[in-house]
Amino acid sequence: MTGFSKEAVEKLSAVLNEPAWMREFRLQAWEVYEKTPMPTTKDEAWRRTDIRRLKLDEIGPALNGFDASGVDVPAYLGEQLTADKAGGVLVEVDGVVQHYELSDALKEQGVIFCDMHTAVREHEELVKKHFMTEAVKVTDGKFAALHGAFWRGGVFLYVPKNVKAAAPLHSALWSAHGKTFTHTLVVLEEGAEAIFIDEYASGQGDAPGLHNGVIELLVRDNASLTYAGLQDFGQNVWQFNHERARVGRDARLEWVTSMMGTRLTKAFQTVELDKPGAWARMSGVFFTTDRQHVDLDTQQNHNASDTVSDLLYKGALKGKSRSVWQGMIKVLPGSQRIDGFQANRNLMLDRTSRADSIPGLEIEADDVRCTHASTVGKLDEEEVFYLMSRGIPRHTAVQMVVQGFFDPIMARIPIEGVRERIFSRILEKLG
Amino acid sequence: MTVALEIKNLHVSVNDQPILKGVNLLIREGEIHALMGPNGSGKSTLAYTLAGHPAYEPTAGQVIFDGKDLLEMEADERSRAGLFLAFQYPVAVPGVTLAKFLRQAINSRRQAENPDDKGISIPEFRRLLKEKMAMLNIDPKFAGRYLNDGFSGGEKKRAEILQMATLEPKIAIMDETDSGLDIDALRIVAEGANRLHETNNMGVLVITHYQRILNYIKPDYVHIMLDGRIVESGGPELALQLEEKGYDWIRAKYGAAEEA
Repeated sequence: MTGFSKEAVEKLSAVLNEPAWMREFRLQAWEVYEKTPMPTTKDEAWRRTDIRRLKLDEIGPALNGFDASGVDVPAYLGEQLTADKAGGVLVEVDGVVQHYELSDALKEQGVIFCDMHTAVREHEELVKKHFMTEAVKVTDGKFAALHGAFWRGGVFLYVPKNVKAAAPLHSALWSAHGKTFTHTLVVLEEGAEAIFIDEYASGQGDAPGLHNGVIELLVRDNASLTYAGLQDFGQNVWQFNHERARVGRDARLEWVTSMMGTRLTKAFQTVELDKPGAWARMSGVFFTTDRQHVDLDTQQNHNASDTVSDLLYKGALKGKSRSVWQGMIKVLPGSQRIDGFQANRNLMLDRTSRADSIPGLEIEADDVRCTHASTVGKLDEEEVFYLMSRGIPRHTAVQMVVQGFFDPIMARIPIEGVRERIFSRILEKLG
Repeated sequence: MTVALEIKNLHVSVNDQPILKGVNLLIREGEIHALMGPNGSGKSTLAYTLAGHPAYEPTAGQVIFDGKDLLEMEADERSRAGLFLAFQYPVAVPGVTLAKFLRQAINSRRQAENPDDKGISIPEFRRLLKEKMAMLNIDPKFAGRYLNDGFSGGEKKRAEILQMATLEPKIAIMDETDSGLDIDALRIVAEGANRLHETNNMGVLVITHYQRILNYIKPDYVHIMLDGRIVESGGPELALQLEEKGYDWIRAKYGAAEEA
């Protein structure tokens, strides 16, 4: 078994037959990785997430080429969720393309939607310009650096200036071998619009798995992006993600996150409101069961005046699972007329679960309206009894109370199929 | 055969504290009973116990409903069997609309009888709800509001009666439904209950402090509860007597026996 090493970086780049600049990029990222200490619970951001049991080198990188065509991908992955039929569909297995289609209408518009490796070969200049240069950087953390060195698979979406993508885009990344390093790069040029659903999933495995992903969303001036990232890995997978969006002048970002799977997730999700009029809404849903551990670090950075951010994350917990949400709204000095909101609400279905909810504000301006709220509550037995007293069986009554808990977040998700997908998983996990 | 609710020597504890100490009461379908008594006498405990709230623990006695042992049934089974409690303090269930909740309550009934039942169709349900809401003078917008969430006291009581009118129980317990209602709302609520009584032969147990509601829902029998027992039963005149004399004479008459 191969561990992570400089040789492994070179081997991967050779297997992928990459241009020299990308090989160089990977090697530089590897250098950063080597210099960066492994995070421990002594680091503030990792205080509540202990990864000492992670044996990274026993999992190792995904180096080998293989034929993805024979791999069974569950039918639900990539199936239509949007009201309009997706114009671009990409299904990957461990970073290797299994199915790909792009409509003529989107091609004619100049929309680029393809797997990341094709993008590196065929859209070199665009990728070179945007790949880990301004959203996520390899210096953002140990796992950002590891990703820079070993990224494999993922998806590239580019919408040219003033183009409203004719149809939604949809990618589904299935992991058959338990280790994925996918990279999502979305660039919406000025005045562009797109709806993009990005799914990640794997079956339940026995051996420890790894997902080390990066998501970069670049929403230029006056552009509008709806992005839904839906994660549903097996409970053998360790997930380390760095995700960052940049939102330009009068641009809008609707960012939906669903976290259902993994053994452990540590994700950094940051939105940068870079210019006046930037607007971002982040809506997150998670449901942990058994011994799952989900740690979400969200940051809303108001880097300019007249910017709006609105974050709501809601989670339910069962069994001995644990969640951590740590939110931060930062307002730079001189930024005025800021509207920032963050809330995290947790529903404990068992006494044995635990949720930590830590909001934070760092405001260096005066004319701001920033509010935060966080709650951790138990399933209300009085509500359950009330529903039962009208003839509704306990199981259904609990489902209704849980559904009611998630209703406000569901109401924010603009795609019905995504709402239904998330909700059906909630019911499955509820049991 | 008519349905009856028969309570025999019922003892109930809450947190190991005995509250009901031997209640006996027989309510037949089509009969209207009033249960009166001072605060803390155990009226609401009786209501919650009959509805099956898990915090109320029967320690002795029996309740027979429609020939079945009520105390062995879960709260939802009791409701489906035809028992209804209009709560004094209805619980808010945020995120669940009144319409969704009522539709599920109807469908739970249908599916308990026939597991393959597809449930009430949306147009049929809408029609039903519209009709019942009109009868109780409830703004149709309420259907889309979260159940009891932010409802005023009077709105909650009306929503309880709406549920009763929709679920059409055989016997309904109305726990202090009159509290917090103005006279117009009280009349509407009482009319709703009377209509169910007349058209469906619904039996009613009206729990109240005051005689006022009994001007609208006219009881066949009136019972007075004191310290966990029914100490006095009679006709409607008993309620008038209470209104006039208060509870002191009851305490004087039966409180002494308690000491002995």
